Amino acid sequence: MSAQYKLVHCTVNGKAVEKMVDVRASLTDMLRNEYHLTSVKKGCEVGECGACNVLIDGEAFNSCIYLAVWAEGKSIQTLEGLLSPEGELSDIQQAFVDETAIQCGFCTPGFIMTAVEILNTNKLYTDEELRKLLSGHLCRCTGYENIFRAVKKTMYRRQGKTIDF
Amino acid sequence: MYDMKALYEAQSVEDAIRLRVEHPEAQIIAGGSDVLVQMREGRRAGKELISIYMIDALRGVTMDAEENLRIGSLTSFSHITRDPLIQKYCNVLGEAVDQVGSPQIRNIGTIGGNTCNGVTSADSASTLHAWEAIVELTGKDGVRRVPIKDFYIKAGQVDIKPDEIQTAILIPKASYENTFGHYIKYGLRNAMEIATLGCSVNVRLSADKKTIERCRIAYGVAGPVPMRCPSAEAVANGAQPSKELSEKFARAVIDDINPRDSWRASKAFRQHIAVEMAKRALTRAVELAGGEMA
Ligand SMILES: Cc1cc2nc3c(=O)[nH]c(=O)nc-3n(C[C@H](O)[C@H](O)[C@H](O)COP(=O)(O)OP(=O)(O)OC[C@H]3O[C@@H](n4cnc5c(N)ncnc54)[C@H](O)[C@@H]3O)c2cc1C
Ligand code: FES
Ligand code: FES
Repeated sequence: MSAQYKLVHCTVNGKAVEKMVDVRASLTDMLRNEYHLTSVKKGCEVGECGACNVLIDGEAFNSCIYLAVWAEGKSIQTLEGLLSPEGELSDIQQAFVDETAIQCGFCTPGFIMTAVEILNTNKLYTDEELRKLLSGHLCRCTGYENIFRAVKKTMYRRQGKTIDF
Repeated sequence: MYDMKALYEAQSVEDAIRLRVEHPEAQIIAGGSDVLVQMREGRRAGKELISIYMIDALRGVTMDAEENLRIGSLTSFSHITRDPLIQKYCNVLGEAVDQVGSPQIRNIGTIGGNTCNGVTSADSASTLHAWEAIVELTGKDGVRRVPIKDFYIKAGQVDIKPDEIQTAILIPKASYENTFGHYIKYGLRNAMEIATLGCSVNVRLSADKKTIERCRIAYGVAGPVPMRCPSAEAVANGAQPSKELSEKFARAVIDDINPRDSWRASKAFRQHIAVEMAKRALTRAVELAGGEMA
């Protein structure tokens, strides 16, 4: 096709931005190529692995199957947006480090953004519920247990509750 | 980058209809969780798309003037599950779509896409059939309403005219009043799995809870399109809920369904689990309605 471009305005990690975007681009393409947010990974690119997951208006979406032009007017948050202004890790990131929930790290940004959506509901989920909420991510390294613990620990900590693993 | 010939973006339903007329070759994209995957796979490569995703007027669940439960076609699965009207009047639909793919897929996938794809395994399909949903289509000559069973023509093909888009799915009052249902999805794993078989049963009991006034059952993947089971329903209608009845009801299902062999499961296996699922779903539906399986 002859190239078709569109000006897309949105908020990325709290900052109002705009860019001319190829209408054929996925949101992953836009975030990586135009905004250099390389925490957004290209895994399967068909919505199955969650490596490209970001928050759009607070909800988790696989950005590989989301058109970049749909970002118009929306607020997008990626892992880069979790760092404090001084560059310190957020509680959930630190929990991933503490629990050794990371090996190669390819699935980590996606997992953490889903964890952010979960934690922001301020609910205390059962293990079964938590497993279901995390089921949209594939990890080929860790075996999931430490990831599960990192999210569960952070959920309990935020609620001021002691954990009973 | 997607291998897309052109993208036309509709901002309103009128816009979408105009674009449909202007670009007869173009395909509609809602949440894109079928369309974009198929474009990536090559099945829809090089196509023109009309995006309706930005039409916010098509989102949300409301009660219309005739007290139909009205679900805008772009309402995502997660929003259906969380919706208070759905929870109150058709909880089983929220539970059924909560079994789609993964949390991220439930945030992007729409009920419109799940029905317009004409797929028998769609997790909303058996429940919408069992609740006799009405499909609302809007085109250049106005609005048309089609019962869901007539909307499905054959596998992968539904009744949408070249100038139309689907704008809502309605659950009529007569269908949801005093009615309680249960959906069972049989899959090889819990998440990220297309149903091997899906079964949705609902009942309306008499005031004393002793008689099943109306029972409806529908399956996905029991045939090329989702289907009701008239023989099984005839067994349950007017009967008293009992274990014996649930056995009889479940066996009758075999006369209605027509599953096939596929790599996921054999026909014989699907028939086998269909009977068990019917029994369990009926039992649960009766319990939800406040009755007891004597
Ligand atoms: C990883 C993954 C897992 C999945 N798991 C499941 C699962 O477990 N269960 C399940 O049921 N589905 C599953 N799906 C399939 C898909 O998510 C659903 O079918 C979803 O409902 C499609 O909705 P959509 O809005 O994304 O549709 P789209 O992809 O945008 O469209 C689907 C089809 O419907 C047409 N269409 C859409 N909306 C309209 C409208 N309003 N008017 C006219 N035509 C329209 C399109 O032209 C297209 O043919 C999965 C998909 C992925 C990628
Ligand atoms: S890269 Fe998007 S889900 Fe796998
Ligand atoms: S840490 Fe390697 S894929 Fe999860």
